[in-house]
Amino acid sequence: MLFDCPNFKVVGDTGLLTYIADGINKQASVRVHQLVDALDQNKPDGLLEIVPAYNSILVTYRPDILSTELLIDLIASVYSELKLLPSVTPRIVEIPVLYAGEFGPDIEFVANCNGLTVEEVVTIHSSTEYFVCMLGFTPGFAYLGGMSEQLHAPRLNSPRDIISAGSVGIANNQTGIYPIDVAGGWRIIGRTPLKLFDPFNADPFIYKTGDALRFRPIDRYEYDHLVNING
Amino acid sequence: MVRRIFEILDPGPMTTIQDRGRFGFQKFGIPVSGSLDKFSSHVANRLVGASDDSPVLEMTFIGPKMVALSDCFVAVAGADMPMYVNGIEQPGWSSIKVHKGALVHFGSARNGLRSYLSVDGGICCKPLMGSCSTFVAAKLGGIDGGKLKKGQYLQADEAIRVVRPQTLPEEYRPTLGNNVTLRVLFGPQDDFFEKGLDTFVSSDYIVSPKSDRMGYRMQGPFVEFKNGSPMTIISEPSMPGCVQVPPDGQPIVLFVEQTIGGYAKIATIISADLDSLAQCRPGTKINFKLTDLEQAQGAYVKYMKKLEQITLADI
Repeated sequence: MLFDCPNFKVVGDTGLLTYIADGINKQASVRVHQLVDALDQNKPDGLLEIVPAYNSILVTYRPDILSTELLIDLIASVYSELKLLPSVTPRIVEIPVLYAGEFGPDIEFVANCNGLTVEEVVTIHSSTEYFVCMLGFTPGFAYLGGMSEQLHAPRLNSPRDIISAGSVGIANNQTGIYPIDVAGGWRIIGRTPLKLFDPFNADPFIYKTGDALRFRPIDRYEYDHLVNING
Repeated sequence: MVRRIFEILDPGPMTTIQDRGRFGFQKFGIPVSGSLDKFSSHVANRLVGASDDSPVLEMTFIGPKMVALSDCFVAVAGADMPMYVNGIEQPGWSSIKVHKGALVHFGSARNGLRSYLSVDGGICCKPLMGSCSTFVAAKLGGIDGGKLKKGQYLQADEAIRVVRPQTLPEEYRPTLGNNVTLRVLFGPQDDFFEKGLDTFVSSDYIVSPKSDRMGYRMQGPFVEFKNGSPMTIISEPSMPGCVQVPPDGQPIVLFVEQTIGGYAKIATIISADLDSLAQCRPGTKINFKLTDLEQAQGAYVKYMKKLEQITLADI
């Protein structure tokens, strides 16, 4: 449910969090990005950065130029003027994934958690259309909404020191993709050969918030082939 | 004209190129990075006449050993980390002339943790997404996205003006110590705690060795969650200075290499005190002191004025 009026929380002397809903869903995500775009177009002096998340946005500001009260008034008024957007057909991004085996060490755990076979996990995970709710944590980490309840699995008790770039993971009701080698605690079920983050590319990410995303199971032959053509 | 200034003979444990930060890309998960102690890096650039946006070397605990390939001016500011030119210790917080062929090396920090080295003309590397700041985990910025390595060259732009040797008078230099008080505002998730709020502001915490540019882990009394309170949140944006409390009750102060997090944040360190945090080494005793928004924003205004109106004295 979207809030009629947003809630605000002060974050130190230069930050303000705005909450517009109380859960993870597509509607909240769409509204978050609508608010971000509207604020970007009405950016007052002293507003530094706008960072969106699932159901909240963080605004950082210079309190010597922009007072906290004015900022709250501005965001509340921009929010109240947001119109319900006609739903647009999102761009669909396809991510090829080699599931299970050495690249998906936790897929059996996920299967066991849910009384499924590994093949069923692959089928369910790859037949869902996901929604890119946000990018965050590390460059291009995609937080995806819409995963089947049949695949829920808790995080690792203690995170791995390194999860390889391209790994596809599950944490509770979320699924996501690790774009770079980084420590992490999600259950890993497969890996994509695509390079998900290339800072030297004019468009460094192959997906963006708001996109729809699908996983396509591939075999080792295609995986190696795609690794080669991706250089 | 870009000139080669130094060849790195030994990089030191964690020496990176940083500038004021990489802004505008947090929505893609790209954190701001940048110099942790902003006052010191700012003064270092001012001392050699480099622009405020120039990158500097952030040296952690002990700086590099390097040989000068051109005549240049350098300045070191921040921790009490002695710099030697041809074996002779040089004053910190001052512009120092270095001649071609000179050997520059550093001793370990006697107080504080991070020092900043600037070069006249400004250290130069290819900016990525608007910044030269190095973010090692994502291989972004700096030289090849990593910390400094043996055999690399440090480059600088041609100096735009003649350097007048100057120093920052003692009274303007920050005090460094093993007991540090950091002012905080409660929130954004202070409602997850009751008694834990008292514990947090009335206890001594020790900086853990597991602290880095991403976050500072604290060891000390367990910060209790309120009965029945959730222990994590729907992941939301965080900012430098936010103090997370994971279910194990040991606070983690987030710094500059994370944009989103899912643990509850009991408090946020005020921005004017983040430079002091940057100088806290493992083992430093920290006390968190509650302040209010008005005072915190007053401290911010004072801090920004201090950055604008740095008073240097001729040597």
